[in-house]
Amino acid sequence: MDWTKSNALHIGTLVVLFALFFILPAYHVGAFSRIMVLAIYAIGFNLLFGYTGLLSLGHAMFFAAGMYGFGLSMNLGGLSVLPAFLIGVGAAGLLALGAGYLALRTIGVAFMIVTLMFAQTFYLVILYYGEYTRGDEGFIIQQTQRQIAGIDLTTETARYFTAFILFAVCFLAMARLVQRPFGKRLIAIRENEERARMLGYDVARLKLAALVVSGLFSGVAGAAYALLFGYVGASFASVQYSIFPLLWVLLGGAGTTVGPLIGVIFMFYLIDISSGVTNAYMLVAGLALVLLTLFAPQGLAGTLRKRALPWLP
Amino acid sequence: MDFGPHLMLASLEGAVISAILVLTAMGLSIVFGVMRVVNVAHGEFFMLGAVFAWAVTTMISGHAALGFVAALIIVPVLVGAIAAGVDQLILKRIDYDVDRTIVATIGVLYIVQQSTLMLYGPEARPVEPPFNLRLALPWFEFGENGFQMIWPWGLSVTTYKLFVIGAAIVVLGALWLVLTRTKIGLVMRATQQDRDMAQAFGVPVGQVYSLVFGLGAGLAALGAVLVVPIQQAHYLMGGDPLLLAFIVVIIGGLGSLPGTVIAALLIGMSDGIISVFFSPTLAKIIATFLVAMVLVFRPQGLMGRVAA
Amino acid sequence: MKNPPKISRRKTLLGLGAGAGALATTGVLPGSLGFAQAQSSAPIKIGFQKHATGIGAAYGRWYDTTTTAAVARINEMGGINGRPVEIITEDDATDPGRGAEVLEKFANQHEVDVAFGTLFSHVVIGSAPRAGELKLPYFVVSEGHHVASGMLNRYTLQPGITDVKSQVISMAPFVADNLGKKVTMIYPDFAFGHDHRDFFSEAIEAQGGEVVAKIAIPPTETTFTRYFPNIPRETEVIYHVMVGPAVLTFVKEMGEFFGPSRPEIFGFIDSLEAVDIQSPGLEFLEGTYFWEGMPRHKQANESEAASAYRAAVGVNDRGAAIDDPANVATYAHMFGCWETLNVIKAGMEAADYQGPADRTKLIEAVEAMTEMPESLDHPQGDKLFNGKTHQAFGKQFISKVSDGNLEVVHTASIEDGLYADEVDYTTQSF
Repeated sequence: MDWTKSNALHIGTLVVLFALFFILPAYHVGAFSRIMVLAIYAIGFNLLFGYTGLLSLGHAMFFAAGMYGFGLSMNLGGLSVLPAFLIGVGAAGLLALGAGYLALRTIGVAFMIVTLMFAQTFYLVILYYGEYTRGDEGFIIQQTQRQIAGIDLTTETARYFTAFILFAVCFLAMARLVQRPFGKRLIAIRENEERARMLGYDVARLKLAALVVSGLFSGVAGAAYALLFGYVGASFASVQYSIFPLLWVLLGGAGTTVGPLIGVIFMFYLIDISSGVTNAYMLVAGLALVLLTLFAPQGLAGTLRKRALPWLP
Repeated sequence: MDFGPHLMLASLEGAVISAILVLTAMGLSIVFGVMRVVNVAHGEFFMLGAVFAWAVTTMISGHAALGFVAALIIVPVLVGAIAAGVDQLILKRIDYDVDRTIVATIGVLYIVQQSTLMLYGPEARPVEPPFNLRLALPWFEFGENGFQMIWPWGLSVTTYKLFVIGAAIVVLGALWLVLTRTKIGLVMRATQQDRDMAQAFGVPVGQVYSLVFGLGAGLAALGAVLVVPIQQAHYLMGGDPLLLAFIVVIIGGLGSLPGTVIAALLIGMSDGIISVFFSPTLAKIIATFLVAMVLVFRPQGLMGRVAA
Repeated sequence: MKNPPKISRRKTLLGLGAGAGALATTGVLPGSLGFAQAQSSAPIKIGFQKHATGIGAAYGRWYDTTTTAAVARINEMGGINGRPVEIITEDDATDPGRGAEVLEKFANQHEVDVAFGTLFSHVVIGSAPRAGELKLPYFVVSEGHHVASGMLNRYTLQPGITDVKSQVISMAPFVADNLGKKVTMIYPDFAFGHDHRDFFSEAIEAQGGEVVAKIAIPPTETTFTRYFPNIPRETEVIYHVMVGPAVLTFVKEMGEFFGPSRPEIFGFIDSLEAVDIQSPGLEFLEGTYFWEGMPRHKQANESEAASAYRAAVGVNDRGAAIDDPANVATYAHMFGCWETLNVIKAGMEAADYQGPADRTKLIEAVEAMTEMPESLDHPQGDKLFNGKTHQAFGKQFISKVSDGNLEVVHTASIEDGLYADEVDYTTQSF
């Protein structure tokens, strides 16, 4: 029965997102296009952090790998959107495999630091090859390039529904994944790694798999961001963009399926609305974060699950 | 510049960077070691130290040394008090939960940054060093006339930079004495090793945590006062020290003060020396990657014990 | 479907005192107050993308001051096409992602007529695609080469400040003739630094000089001494252009490195915008040279327009705020906001701009502009606008630090900074 409820929740979420396009004013339609893309990134991060219990501080490298893999193969390789997109996602996956192979030798805080420093290395590599990447300034993917089979992806409608379709696929895939034995085993690792090992699970392999899937999702988000907003830049590889998904997931609720989306929406509108009220919006945002940790300890969805809806996936 | 003097200059510079790293990281080392919480706002306490140092030295007229000494005394206490307040108001209430502490301290980071921007402004402001003499350094080599001493172009250091190296050693020594020879240090170490056991033996863990958090922030501020005459006070200056300090603490091995020092030396010196052989950004890439690999092959850190 | 946008951060700049401002916001605005009766008395809304937080905050504050002063003047003179001008400010956090969001907010929520005012190149480049898609004219004040290089789109223009390529090219003759022919360049290892490296290397070679070493410094660096040994001994001139909060350290450490025997030194004032040239540690700069977009310190022969502008933005003879001499302006760049707003005004008047439907007419009107003579509208000096590349060109200054004062020793003409067109935006459709 809980299974039906969670299915209803997931379908319901998507129906609402679909309907929002027709209800919201233009600005918020644009905002939600962005939110859905970033939520894909948060969903990917959540698999590793929320379900597997591994805190990476370097996820921006996977997001950026998707972004640059996509952008460079379009601008330098002259590819069209679909193959370039696949290359971007593939680049993120490969990077996750390599970085994971090394970084997963460590656990806990050491894992945080290793991923952080790998991401820093990746960021510097982008700057170092400034001849191709234009360093911090980044480059533009022109409007005329951004189309699939003659459909212009730069209109508000096409942008929204491209983001929606990508989000829906990732969202449902992740919701399904964590219900399957793979997801259950990751949770087992999070709860007690030693016990999971004794139960006969190949913990190292499972962790690497989780990291690669997480990296792939981040890559999808990065490539989608470049595709839909036409810009590729090194700021998306900076530490800040490694901290964001952590913040989103913690705010929304780690280890819940809807948490990442809620976290992104919350953080986006927290900044957007408070900056409309006052110049000191970071003060407001900071206070809100502090209050939230005091009164919603498990994040928004997590606290909801604890207080009212125990079936929440 | 010839290779020899260049290497010497880079090593000196590496030593200065190491000293700065030690001064930045030791506060975090204590907080992280005892409380096991990731304080994202630690870099902001460093920044506050620099900004307050600017404020104090600006207020006190007369010789630069006067203001500097005043800042050395006043600023760490002030910042420590603020941090202890943060601990009492926020961290205690969320019971030092690891995840929630991250979010809460990100919130504190926003608040501190924005307040500084509004009250202090966006500019980078310099603080005058109490003394700053340029010392040209000699170099020895075998020339046509046998062994001789030359004064290579550019090979020099300033007295203040040497002072920073000395100050780092003194502060470390003092800290080590406090931790090993005083009752406060004993209580801190007991709490670090086993919080529940310490509590059972009557250690007021709550107060110890506030003390540690304040002490950690005060140390960061002290480091900032010492560093700010070399760098400048700027409202965004807390970001990089935070990351570097964090890296140093973990590479050194959790809660190990000697480890922190060795890691700071490793990172500072590698940063200095690798820059002799490669172009700057490439050197940075190599140094960052190599230091990460240290942790990959020694996950418990240089001086850390294998985690239970 | 669309609710009236709630604008809580609008700055109503009427320059007529608070009373008139209150009238204007309520829409009651008799012509006797200075605005001619126009078809619509609703204000013309200009979205100001401000670096209020993030690394560009020091610039953002002065861009804001200049913008406020320029709009006050425009409104005193009767606004644009008889309508008052209103600035709507949004913080972009000096971040390209947020920059693009802010443009969406301008276009769809505040429903501004044009967007304006961005400085940092990565924010411009991150935002420009959205400007093109939203069909929102986007007037940047960035000095980047991105506009004239052709990488942006027809909706993005830079009519108020010369781009970096032109600035750099125009410096080469002076450097080669007066300072030396063997140049070592020190610059940040990102795109802005690479532009300097590439354009200057080429320009100095054309003058018979050469760049003997290129030292790219990684960003976020806080100490620099270990990089200076890479400066070859034969160097006659050091060309530096560093940005960010660590520049003071950079200059100080360069001084400590060289001690008493230094080569000639030429730098871009970008390194020291918003910084007092007499700050402790900067004594070493005495006798060195700086590019300036507009002379920070009042010169003996400062033009009437330049002096009036100086007074209007509230800056004293040393380039600091009149009410706070410690608050030094970003004087070499911020004039661009003033001039750009006057170009927008002139463009809207030429196009008889009535509302967003006339946005393309506005762009065509600006594209048609060529010469902009020195005047109170253009206090920095004469400008030549290239409608095809959407880029303005003006004269550049080289100042020498003498007794802690920046004294102009050379003025590079507009012709010194001209280069072949790299794009023709007018051939692109809207």
